[in-house]
Amino acid sequence: MKFVDSKTPAVDLQVSIGSLTLKNPIMTASGTFGYAKEFEPYVNLHRLGAVVVKGISLLPRAGNPPPRIVETSCGMLNAIGLENVGVDRFISEKMDSLNGVNVPVVVNILGDTLEEYREISERLADVEGIAAIEVNISCPNVKKGGVAFGTVPEMAASVTKAVKESCSVPVIVKLSPNVTDISLIARGVEEAGADAVSLINTLIGMAIDHRSRRPKLANVIGGLSGPAIKPVALRMVFQVAQAVSIPVIGIGGIETAEDVLEFMLAGATAVQIGTANFVNPRASEEAVEGISRYVADQRLQSVRELIGGLILAD
Amino acid sequence: MSQIQEKTQIIRIDRLTSDIVRLTLDAPNIASVASPGQFVMIRTGETNDPLLRRPFSISQTSSDGHFQILFKVVGRGTDLLSHCREGECLSVLGPLGSGYRIDTSRPACLVGGGMGIAPLLFLGKRILQNGVDQRPLVVLGARNREELQPLIDDFADLGLKVHAATDDGSLGHHGLLTDVLKSLDLGPECMTYVCGPKPMMAAVYLFCRSKKYGCQVSVETAMACGMGACLGCIVPLKKGGYGHSCSDGPVFDAEDLLWQL
Repeated sequence: MKFVDSKTPAVDLQVSIGSLTLKNPIMTASGTFGYAKEFEPYVNLHRLGAVVVKGISLLPRAGNPPPRIVETSCGMLNAIGLENVGVDRFISEKMDSLNGVNVPVVVNILGDTLEEYREISERLADVEGIAAIEVNISCPNVKKGGVAFGTVPEMAASVTKAVKESCSVPVIVKLSPNVTDISLIARGVEEAGADAVSLINTLIGMAIDHRSRRPKLANVIGGLSGPAIKPVALRMVFQVAQAVSIPVIGIGGIETAEDVLEFMLAGATAVQIGTANFVNPRASEEAVEGISRYVADQRLQSVRELIGGLILAD
Repeated sequence: MSQIQEKTQIIRIDRLTSDIVRLTLDAPNIASVASPGQFVMIRTGETNDPLLRRPFSISQTSSDGHFQILFKVVGRGTDLLSHCREGECLSVLGPLGSGYRIDTSRPACLVGGGMGIAPLLFLGKRILQNGVDQRPLVVLGARNREELQPLIDDFADLGLKVHAATDDGSLGHHGLLTDVLKSLDLGPECMTYVCGPKPMMAAVYLFCRSKKYGCQVSVETAMACGMGACLGCIVPLKKGGYGHSCSDGPVFDAEDLLWQL
């Protein structure tokens, strides 16, 4: 018999992302949770739905020069430059400890070319302990003049197809909000075989120091995250959830269980908590506790009743 | 790992000058395991603006479970903190990072500029507690007497003599802290423990390199998380690539950093 955690009422919090079943809808967002180990002192990792690890490229990347981050009103800009250890070192150095934490591991991948996405997926395909792959398509396609994969439906679809062909785990495609119509991209990756979409990645922004007349980031522009972007994220999740029939994973300024509820009502099957991890490393676990209490208090059969439950008109 | 998130109560607020504040926090779990050079991340308010925690090095701990931070009001986060009241609670993460590596076999010289003096008090205390043949030399600099005197007093309480330098000459040497350093007999094999503004640390490192002294510096960078997740707090390394000041540092061997001299 299993122990019942006294803090968590026994409620049905399960959600499905393709063939992957999560014990609850709370995940951590790529690039905000390290390789999970960093959060072990603060979080009971096994209580989370899943963790998404820092984006992995084919070869190691040193990332951008400093300054890489700057705080903005209710948010922050980052231009980390995808610093990571590369797929081989990720497998040899990070997977062991990830397998030890007893939580589904989603590996976020990125590339400069279609071939790179394919090759990373192939190398990850046989690695034990990977529950799903999340594809970051916000990177520039170096063979197409640097246009981001995620901004052209056909390019987003071809990346999705390449990854799907190279691995057997569920494939989540993480969408960029820096597009004219995110629904078009979402439909493109759905048709190409994506098992789910996650959105939004950061909004491209900029900060300037008027005294020095210089940009505050060495990279000049960076990705905006945090509570500041939540309304934009909610709107896009709402729109995409109506445009596709695959699960939508909501991301963008989520800090609390109340935020999670809002995203699920807008149509998200699951959510990812990102920047909030920096401010409160326990944010993800506290959101699990909060959602659990809510489902119990409202006497819902399951958390799934909330998905897309937004009331638009009486 | 011993780092934790602790709800701490403000025990005491000392306003050392119009814009320099010392906070004493009751944080037994952090104070009992912290070592000199380590830092904490403090949430400066309950709202989302400012959003991120602020890093502060620990300026000393006490055996009754308190620790102190020292800061100058430089922006909104520090301004909010400076207006806290005794009895209020603050959320603190810590202790974080890897601090100074005390080399007991070598004579020590503590070199601090401005708010960089903060972690050196903790270090001086720990060196004395460890028991040493030679008391550490202390060289401190700041803009003026008003800023420097209260900080010197802390070291005097430990029985350590301070060699001072101020920008305006109102206390000690009129000019650079490195001038003072050069005038002292540091002995062979000296290990310097440094914290302060970047140009000052670069000058101290240059001096140490010429004398073949050891040199450990505590760097300050912007950071979002303080625990190795955001990868925002980088410093360029001599061997290429970057180190992360929150997890590889904040204390680095000056030799390992890429200095723009």
